[in-house]
Amino acid sequence: MDQNSIHRVRRQALGIAHGVGLFLAMLVICLPGIWIVLSSLRPTVEIMAKPPVWIPQELSLDAYVAMFSGIGKGGIPVLDYFRNSLIISVTSTVIAIVIGMAGGYAFARYRFRAKSAMFLGLMLTRTVPGIALSLPLFFVYARLGIIDTHFGLILVYVALNVPFTVWLIDGFFRQVPKDLAEAAQIDGCTRWQAFWQVEFPLAGPGIASAGIFAFLTSWNEFALASQLTRSINSKTLPVGLLDYTSEFTIDWRGMCALAVVMIIPALTLTFIVQKHLVGGLTSGAVKG
Amino acid sequence: MATVSLKTLSKNYGPVAVVHGIDLEVADREFIALVGPSGCGKSTTLRMIAGLEDISGGTIEIGGRKVNDLPPRSRNISMVFQSYALYPHMTVRENLGFSLKIAGAAKEEMDRRVAEASGILGLDTLLDRRPSQLSGGQRQRVAMGRAIVRDPDVFLFDEPLSNLDAKLRTQMRTEIKKLHAKVQSTVIYVTHDQVEAMTLADRIVIMRDGFIEQVGTPDEVFRRPATRFVAGFIGSPPMNLHEATVDNGELLFASGERLPLPSQFKPNVTAGDKVVFGLRPDDIYPTGHGLNSGADTDVHQVELPVTVTEPLGNETLVFAEFNGTDWVSRMLNPKPLKAGDRVKMSLDLSQAHLFSAATGKTLRS
Repeated sequence: MDQNSIHRVRRQALGIAHGVGLFLAMLVICLPGIWIVLSSLRPTVEIMAKPPVWIPQELSLDAYVAMFSGIGKGGIPVLDYFRNSLIISVTSTVIAIVIGMAGGYAFARYRFRAKSAMFLGLMLTRTVPGIALSLPLFFVYARLGIIDTHFGLILVYVALNVPFTVWLIDGFFRQVPKDLAEAAQIDGCTRWQAFWQVEFPLAGPGIASAGIFAFLTSWNEFALASQLTRSINSKTLPVGLLDYTSEFTIDWRGMCALAVVMIIPALTLTFIVQKHLVGGLTSGAVKG
Repeated sequence: MATVSLKTLSKNYGPVAVVHGIDLEVADREFIALVGPSGCGKSTTLRMIAGLEDISGGTIEIGGRKVNDLPPRSRNISMVFQSYALYPHMTVRENLGFSLKIAGAAKEEMDRRVAEASGILGLDTLLDRRPSQLSGGQRQRVAMGRAIVRDPDVFLFDEPLSNLDAKLRTQMRTEIKKLHAKVQSTVIYVTHDQVEAMTLADRIVIMRDGFIEQVGTPDEVFRRPATRFVAGFIGSPPMNLHEATVDNGELLFASGERLPLPSQFKPNVTAGDKVVFGLRPDDIYPTGHGLNSGADTDVHQVELPVTVTEPLGNETLVFAEFNGTDWVSRMLNPKPLKAGDRVKMSLDLSQAHLFSAATGKTLRS
């Protein structure tokens, strides 16, 4: 073989190895999801079988039917949980984004005292594991009487998400050249108009991604929600999963079905928003 | 159209002063260039005029109206940025019409003025493109178009050509000059490129370390530089500048070499004065190969060794050693020369400059 053929073969081999590696990585990522969907459709015997049954023998939608059939017939108040989850996640995300935008913009554009220390402080709050806060939070909430309320959980999730949204949005505003806002001001805008007309649209993708992350954090959070909720007044979907556990048994199939119900809105939202996460929108703004 | 007047304008960033109380009067429809090395305060001055930077002291008047505390939008100015600062999420048409949209202009009015500006700058075919689909020169033109559409009292340019390649820069320079002739408005143009300043401006303001060194027409700053700094900054290749001492009616250089004291400075110096002697490359040339200054009464001949030559086709820059360093001279109708040749040079001392070594100020009366 001459040099050219050797390199061609090597390139093809590398391409195949790359494909196989990618497939394995995707398998590791996707398998738990697929397993949950499959488990929600199979009888408990098959789920618990050892060795595992890889190819399902029998599929049915019984778990989904049961879930919505009301208390006493194997159902759980899934619509209430869904409503709670939606109210809490959407509200806390909107608030976290508004605060994140204000904070991120301030960190990106203004000079003020103790700026680095404040930024570091915000980031340090992320190093505390949420669960470590659950007991003190429980005591405080009990005193304030806000256990088992939407407000209580929204407050927690806003606090959890704000440092992250500030950090992410700060980065995106930094990428928007300062000249653009100045040009807009010269073109007749107030500072406020310059922000909404020029800087906000350009930082849009970043704000959208911060929104997705904040929403998913609130939507999926279990540890704190399980401590701070009690009834259908405020229980969210992840906490609702516990309804499938009883003293002696766990209904794995029902639990998986509820997990699928939980995943679908999150997945749909991510798909919708990710179309807007177009990078490189600022190209051409300045020299280049 | 308006005058611009700066009175003891200053800018401090904390304890650091970057502009030290400068005064400047810009006439109506004048094209004025602020020029100087980086960090001289020229861009800060422009940004203060634009209202993008708060002022620390003094006043700014545009058209006789004090604008010290007015926001940029109330000053009726427009600005072309070094980075162009086009809105990337808008088409060229939207970029051009943005200021009118903000002002709430009617659709027909907007279309008319956008068409007018795009006509002047040849942007008609590009109106529906986005900035990312344009070349550097086209973006530059859109940035200028955006400035024209506003029909401002004063145009501010902040190093608008420094991101373009050399060829395009020359072309755009001509376009800016034509544009000024067409729209006839007051222009304040910041650049670090003295060629741009010389070719475009009616008057040039040379700044250094937050002070104005000299204000004058291109001809004045070139022929009668007020300070040693201006002499060295304006002109390419730069003026030959060397320290000397006045001694017995002559200039004594550190190497011991001497030149006659140019007669026009004789009344202004006394023996023992430390001075800086300056001579432009055009005024020192291999004998018989120079510009005729018309005042060859004071031409001094001296034989010097050539160290390097830089042929440029129609002329050659000849570096010859005097006072221990290379002096640049311009040889017209060049003849072949090589390093080591001893050449008879003519120094046109009637065109020489003399500055005080202590203050840097010219000794011309």
